Amino acid sequence: MDVSFQEDQTCCGQPLYNAGYSKKARTLARRVLDTFKDSEYVVVPSGSCAAMMRVFYLDLFRDDPKMLKQAELLSSKVYEFSQFLTSVLGVEDTGSTYSGTATYHPSCHLLREMEVRDEPETLLRSVSGLELTDLPGAETCCGFGGAFSIKFPHISEGMLADKVENVVSTGADTLVSCDMGCLMQIGGGLSRQDSDIKVRHLAQVLDQDQSSNS
Amino acid sequence: MADIKTKDFSKASAVSILDPQLRRALRQVGTGFDAARRAAIDEVSPEIWDEWREEARRIKVHSLDHLDYYLDLLEQNVTKAGGHVHFAKDAAQANDIMGELVRTRNIKVATKSKSMVSEELSLNPALEAQGVDVYETDLGEYIIQLAEETPFHLVAPALHKTKEQVAQLFTDKLGIPYNDDINALAAAARLALREKFILADLGISGANFLVAETGTLVIITNEGNGRLSTSAPRIHVGITGMEKVIPSLQDLAVFLRLLPRSATGQGITSYVSMVTGPRRADDEDGPEEFHLIIVDNGRSKMLADPDLREALYCIRCGACLNICPVYQKVGGHAYGWVYPGPIGAIVTPSLVGLKEAQDLPQASSLCGACREVCPVNINIPRMLLHLRQKSAESPDPSERSAGLVPNLLAGSYTRVMRSPALLSASHKLGRWKQNVWAAMPFFPFSKKGGMIRKASLPLLSRWTRMRDLPELPKDTFRDIWKKELSKDKEGH
Repeated sequence: MDVSFQEDQTCCGQPLYNAGYSKKARTLARRVLDTFKDSEYVVVPSGSCAAMMRVFYLDLFRDDPKMLKQAELLSSKVYEFSQFLTSVLGVEDTGSTYSGTATYHPSCHLLREMEVRDEPETLLRSVSGLELTDLPGAETCCGFGGAFSIKFPHISEGMLADKVENVVSTGADTLVSCDMGCLMQIGGGLSRQDSDIKVRHLAQVLDQDQSSNS
Repeated sequence: MADIKTKDFSKASAVSILDPQLRRALRQVGTGFDAARRAAIDEVSPEIWDEWREEARRIKVHSLDHLDYYLDLLEQNVTKAGGHVHFAKDAAQANDIMGELVRTRNIKVATKSKSMVSEELSLNPALEAQGVDVYETDLGEYIIQLAEETPFHLVAPALHKTKEQVAQLFTDKLGIPYNDDINALAAAARLALREKFILADLGISGANFLVAETGTLVIITNEGNGRLSTSAPRIHVGITGMEKVIPSLQDLAVFLRLLPRSATGQGITSYVSMVTGPRRADDEDGPEEFHLIIVDNGRSKMLADPDLREALYCIRCGACLNICPVYQKVGGHAYGWVYPGPIGAIVTPSLVGLKEAQDLPQASSLCGACREVCPVNINIPRMLLHLRQKSAESPDPSERSAGLVPNLLAGSYTRVMRSPALLSASHKLGRWKQNVWAAMPFFPFSKKGGMIRKASLPLLSRWTRMRDLPELPKDTFRDIWKKELSKDKEGH
């Protein structure tokens, strides 16, 4: 498999789209459509960015038949990281090792827009030395929500407090998720409590080089 | 219309989120209502549940697509059964129709079973102004009427009250000895209300569904107050939104399965009342007159808007409130009008004006849990996004409300992200600032192990109230790719 990083890429436009700036979001989306037009697959390490490109671009270009066609093409090529490993590559065991107890937070867009439910945990279960524990209230939002976290900090913090309490209650030493937004939110909450719980993207856990120096 | 306090959302939610009693009350929506809903779905199996949802949605889509036809059919059949149909374009007209009815029929006392539309219209004050004593007869509604408050939840209006508060309220308002035993409280309310049912000339009800082919008003309740309100007084007036009409009794069946399970986890409610016209010649009881007031009050505007039409499919089960992490934090009153929670964040701006209620669609993390539980598959997050688009970009200045700062931020963000070079430069500038700040002893940032603890900058300070912020790393992925990874690849 030939892996490339399109250096021309920037942002998928999700922050603008979620704030209602659909025209500006389309400006960025057009760049994305152009940047990845020749790629066979587009693998995205963050569930909500993947959902933007796979699901919400179709809404963004619903009134523009020509762009909608391109959006549909991209949509069919976009995969979130764990989804790509399991459903395209057919890999359910990466042969990784990690020593510790982990719990998994399913990010909302990955779960409900990308419909990626079991894939990350399947991969985590295959990691030798890693014990996976269930997170209570796993499917409840961590409270990030992009600009929501700044517009309504008191609500975002309240939701985060519940999530942090649940993460701590598992006794796990590592919190794993597949979305940079949730990782920043939950990581920020744990760090504020001076918690020792490590906050990791799934890829960091699966990457053997990382596991030795975690 | 009911008082609109939607502009206070930020302030009101900041207060309610800290209220320990509300915390306790709101815990019940998850552990009580939502858990019961899940159990009820497991009982019928999620597969069958999804079939029901799709069927219900098909019926709603069809009914709203042909609303003019079914409203016409409904009117014909209500009239055929001896009833009268009135159409009201807004709250004032609905209240006028009701006012005319109570004046011409010399009505002094009215009992009312639960109706959110009547809350929307502020019907009680309008009737009281006509000299009519109106009594809410749903226990929750009765409690909030005595307390002079508004509903906290679509299904459980007095959810926020403790039994001790209710006992005190009954002592103060009904003059009975304090007793906070729940059964005793229910019995006290029953006793007080029974005499009102006997006195009442007018019974008011809402409607969960209106069946066009038979001209039937359907209400589903658990307390029996609906049946008393619709049958004991000499006049029954049903008052509801125009979106409640469905074609046939056969279509009703799936909703009778979905609504109670979604609302309270019940397989069926204690009462399912179907009212077709007034008392017939051979009936032993029932009202002499039956009127149906069908209210628009902004609904036809939603119907005409393809982005908002879906919200009219709502059957007011409250499942989206019970699952919503925002509602669970802030409670119902913070939303500032009659309809709270995720569906309220769409219905309220649509009915009172988007500018007036601009905060509501923004106050969501777009987690999508509401869509997942909706018994008619309403895509609530998608509608929240569309309302946000109207707020930011609508050509109509009565809808557009985005301020200068968000507009400027969105503009600069777009400019930076349009150019990888500008993005890299912004990162370098950010790193430089970060390093300069870190070197200054009293300056804005205070750090702890790669995390920023306090950023005294306008927007970032809102992040760091209770969360640490990761520092900008030395190298971005783009840098690492250029320096190492792309060469790795060539080595293979």
